Amino acid sequence: MTTLDVAAIKRQFPLLQRELNGMPLVYLDSANTSQKPQVVIDSMSTFMERAYSPINRSAYQLAAEATDAYEGARVKVQRFVNARRAHEIIFTKNATEALNLVAYAWGRANLHEGDVVLLTHMEHHANIVPWQMLVQERGIVVRWVPLTADGQLDLATLPQLLEGAKVFGFTAMSNVMGTITPVQQLCSAAHQAGALAVVDACQYVPHNVTDVQAWGADFIAFSSHKMCGPTGIGVLWGREELLQAMPPFLGGGNMIADVRLDGFTCAELPAKFEAGTPPITEAIGLGAAIDFLCELGMANVRRHEIEIAGYALRTLNERFGSDIRLHGPCNVEVRGATFSLEFRGIHPHDLSQVLDQTNVCVRAGHHCAKPLMRELGVNATARASFYLYNDTHDVDMLADALDSASDIFG
Amino acid sequence: MPGLEDLYREIILDHHRTPRNRGELPPPAAHAVGHNPLCGDEIDVYVQVANGVIADVKVGGSGCSISQSSASMMSQAIKGKPLPDVLALVRRFKGMMSIPDEDGNPMEPDLTVKLGDLEALQGVVKYPVRIKCATLSWNTLLDALAQS
Repeated sequence: MTTLDVAAIKRQFPLLQRELNGMPLVYLDSANTSQKPQVVIDSMSTFMERAYSPINRSAYQLAAEATDAYEGARVKVQRFVNARRAHEIIFTKNATEALNLVAYAWGRANLHEGDVVLLTHMEHHANIVPWQMLVQERGIVVRWVPLTADGQLDLATLPQLLEGAKVFGFTAMSNVMGTITPVQQLCSAAHQAGALAVVDACQYVPHNVTDVQAWGADFIAFSSHKMCGPTGIGVLWGREELLQAMPPFLGGGNMIADVRLDGFTCAELPAKFEAGTPPITEAIGLGAAIDFLCELGMANVRRHEIEIAGYALRTLNERFGSDIRLHGPCNVEVRGATFSLEFRGIHPHDLSQVLDQTNVCVRAGHHCAKPLMRELGVNATARASFYLYNDTHDVDMLADALDSASDIFG
Repeated sequence: MPGLEDLYREIILDHHRTPRNRGELPPPAAHAVGHNPLCGDEIDVYVQVANGVIADVKVGGSGCSISQSSASMMSQAIKGKPLPDVLALVRRFKGMMSIPDEDGNPMEPDLTVKLGDLEALQGVVKYPVRIKCATLSWNTLLDALAQS
């Protein structure tokens, strides 16, 4: 376990120093939202203390500096996901808004009655409901890629499912099972069928090297708050030609070149999709988070999580055998360190309540993936998700806490 | 496990392991489904009202120990009771769960209404996230009664 110096990393996260009831925190809910390193917190407070001002619309030096800082964050995001142009990076409120933007703006301009959108059974509601809204409004048709028994996409019938499809929307990594999907292969299959590839990369970007050009994707969405950055800002990346051709999403200030009594003209990218005052301070925080991640190296983060995932699989299976069921693949090459677990028939709510007694923070619920819950035959699962600040000791703490759950419900 | 005895009282675990009045009632019994959007749990409550009395009640669906035991104890407590007593019990139980009245004010407990076993759920109030679990079946009961 030497890829990352987790002890040193942990020290950079003030919240992880906090003790509750005299015990340290074991934060295993990073698939939900990640903790923030001091550098991110400082970047935002320093910006507000020393450099805060509006962007894009004032001539004074302070405003010019803030604009540079905001646009500098965009360039950091561009490099982080290897986008061709900085103006292909659109700042949104979160990944959910980014996916809604695609369905709303591109979808309403391009999808008509009977058009097919292909999704998968492991999507988050954010990549389901915006398309279902078009089913209600436009009469489009949604098809679904099923799953294999070990929680991967069952691609046996993909060519047939893609036939006539205009959009293939899929997650790069399941927020429930940790499954990593073959994004490049899926993008290329989508394109062969004449469909756009819309990738929900919310769980992938914080944990892996991301290269949108190597993927060959058309749109990807992700959130700052899952990658050590603040809440309130997310990212849509889209291919320039698509963003140019589609109509705007929200209307208002900043997104226009001109407004007359008889109409308006859109601004150039990226302002076209950034109506109103954007999350300026949050963009600075996201930029700092990207610097933090780049310093660690995303390849190292991925290697670390492969190690943690392997250790978790071994430890939990060895200690609990058939009493535990871990959803998703057991091959760490195709999964991240996010585990939905069923344990001795104990309801996830009860399980997470008992785990909380030793400050082991896991999510219990449907994880905004109710169709997947139905596929798995459960109402809810308890989910433990590990990140760059978790180590094998955290896995052991989880296992010990599970033991104490069977004392009550055994 | 220290600290959780208040929540997971033996009587709660007993109702969780062996829920009472499980099942369904055919129409004309009223039926309502309650959802806990937090966790995806669903609960079905069937009530048969005859001459102003809960003639029969059944509970279906699935959920955590708190929601299941609350539903089980509720079904025991209301079966055979006249509607005004049932509504008073709902009020008393929700008050114990620190649910405010229609105007947002804390509810004064009507101590003439006896909670019986349900008092075991008192400990839930210390865990605010679980209050929704405990009250799910009661809200679903009100929905079902509104239909009948």
